[in-house]
Amino acid sequence: MTSRKIALILGGSSDIGRATARAFAKAGWDVQLAGRDAAALEPDAADLRARNSVNASTHHFDVLDTASFDGFVAGLLALPDAVVSIVGLLGVQENAQADLDHATTIMRSNYEGPSLILGLFAEKFLARGSGAIVGVSSVAGDRGRASNYVYGSAKAGFSAFLSGLRARASRGGVQVITVKPGFVRTKMTEGMKLIGPLTVEAPVVGDAIFDAVQRKKDVIYVSNKWRLVMLIIKTLPEAIFKKLKF
Amino acid sequence: MALISGWGRFPVVDTDVLRPRSFGAVGESIARTSGGVARGNGRAYGDAGIGQSQTIDMTAFDRVRSFDPETGRIRIEAGVLLSDLIDTFGPRGFLPYVVPGTRFVSIGGAIAADVHGKNHHCEGGFGRYVDSILLLSGQGETLEISREQNPDAFLATIGGMGLTGVILEATLRLRKVETGWIREQVVPAENLADAIKALDAGDSATYSVAWIDCVAGGSNLGRSLIYLGEHARASEVAPDSDKFPRGADPKLSVPIDLPSLTLNRYSIRAFNELYFRMGARRAGAPNLVSIFPYFFPLDSVGAWNRIYGRRGFLQHQCVIPQTNARDVLGEILARVSKRGDASFLAVLKKLGQGDGIMSFPLPGYTLALDFPMTGSILDFLDELDRLVVAAGGRLYLAKDARQSRATFEAGYPDLQRFKAIRASLDPSGKIRSKLSQRLFDEVQT
Repeated sequence: MTSRKIALILGGSSDIGRATARAFAKAGWDVQLAGRDAAALEPDAADLRARNSVNASTHHFDVLDTASFDGFVAGLLALPDAVVSIVGLLGVQENAQADLDHATTIMRSNYEGPSLILGLFAEKFLARGSGAIVGVSSVAGDRGRASNYVYGSAKAGFSAFLSGLRARASRGGVQVITVKPGFVRTKMTEGMKLIGPLTVEAPVVGDAIFDAVQRKKDVIYVSNKWRLVMLIIKTLPEAIFKKLKF
Repeated sequence: MALISGWGRFPVVDTDVLRPRSFGAVGESIARTSGGVARGNGRAYGDAGIGQSQTIDMTAFDRVRSFDPETGRIRIEAGVLLSDLIDTFGPRGFLPYVVPGTRFVSIGGAIAADVHGKNHHCEGGFGRYVDSILLLSGQGETLEISREQNPDAFLATIGGMGLTGVILEATLRLRKVETGWIREQVVPAENLADAIKALDAGDSATYSVAWIDCVAGGSNLGRSLIYLGEHARASEVAPDSDKFPRGADPKLSVPIDLPSLTLNRYSIRAFNELYFRMGARRAGAPNLVSIFPYFFPLDSVGAWNRIYGRRGFLQHQCVIPQTNARDVLGEILARVSKRGDASFLAVLKKLGQGDGIMSFPLPGYTLALDFPMTGSILDFLDELDRLVVAAGGRLYLAKDARQSRATFEAGYPDLQRFKAIRASLDPSGKIRSKLSQRLFDEVQT
């Protein structure tokens, strides 16, 4: 047994997931990587072990298979000190408008699954009296926009869930952090037109998440520019906002 | 399609940029391409990292596969940056044996260019510390190659500018160090003869390099500051300072293209005068400097290539064999000084034997000069090339964007052997860069 802290990364194969795992491992944490294809996570686990001389394990986790969640939590060899959910699905807004299955998958991947699994960990952490829960939500959840409201509404639900959980869990010594990264250059956003000055690389998000856990933050926008942008977007009167196409 | 260029921002080329996430996807890209080459972090200056029709961005492959702290042997994917290796393994007491002037290069790029550092005169190039390479050939075969296994392919890949196939992974040896500090000694030299003398006297130093003022003329032609360096032992570092200092992210960055007027003969002359005087004041007793400013002085300014404006710049880096060096370098410097627009970054360095078939280094002196891209520069550089060729020298492909086939063929006598190995690995000619199109490939009519 080691006395090192353990971080569980849900969505470990995503670019932000890999970067977050590296940030924790660099600081000497052991890491549990979880994703749909556990075997595909093994090279990343090996990377963490080689770089930092920490333990890294891989675990099968499917955010849509909520029936498996109890078993997943019970199957972890050790209860982590921090759990970070990076799981999410951007989807295609135009398809989601008419294709109910696609819309449902977006909603379940961004709201239902992440909320339920983090809620389960919250119970375990509260029973222990410690732990950090990090949910990667989105600035898209701050206000529904014409171009991505299916995704945005699911993220809004997730943000609200985290907000309520934080209010409840903080009294029990458990920290809940909401992360709103803004534009990140990743697999998910490949091919999208991103606005340069508002876009960050995945390692910046990984470092910000680790930093937020260390400094016991509540809600972080990875870049302060986004805090300002979203403040403006949130305060626009609906009469104007509804005319905007973005 | 996307417009891309090398670090010198000339030429700018429209190509497909693919960013595969698995080795299988790299294989598919090669199978489908009509002429592609791998690209790392885009730090080759000219057209080496640009595919003829497809450019395969390898930066997604950034994993360390294994590391043995006993031997310092490491297996890594080709897209890992040297900066990442230094940040991760430096604090554990390991550094790459060879680092070029920027740490923001990929491992694949460092092998493909067989980059050299300030220790080439005694420790060789990057390729010397590569034990094996996982190469995807143009035929689509994945080969593990080394000095023992398929040595021809291995020695053609070290310095082969990515033209033998796509480097997927490599096994390297890292150097065990006690600290991240360098014991530096600065030696001022009033002219070229003194500079060469000081470099020769520094043969036994692990690291040596001269910064050379190429604006100064007359009796000061070739005046230099020579920086000698050794890895500092743990006992030399003050107890209250970090054994391994952190490499700061660039504090300064050049956010926009500066007007090309910014660099002119007056501003460069003023800069060089100041630099020489400041450096000369540090001469004498050795002092400790962090590896970051010692090895990578320009990395502290992000995007410094933008100071040359939108038209970009050209770097002319030649090596002149030992015997003719003094006269030929003197002639080159005299012409450059007369022209007056070579920038502050001029580096003179002693090189040893090269490691790969197409590696740039040969025993002699290398001079690297930066010039802003202007209408008259191409003819001027052709003049310099004639001096280089006549002296039995050659130009560094990783920096090159404009040399002629004649200059290239004169400088690299093992070219036919390289071409034969390349043809056996890639009979249908899938692997082609803009550089290979310019210098290697059969001219299609």
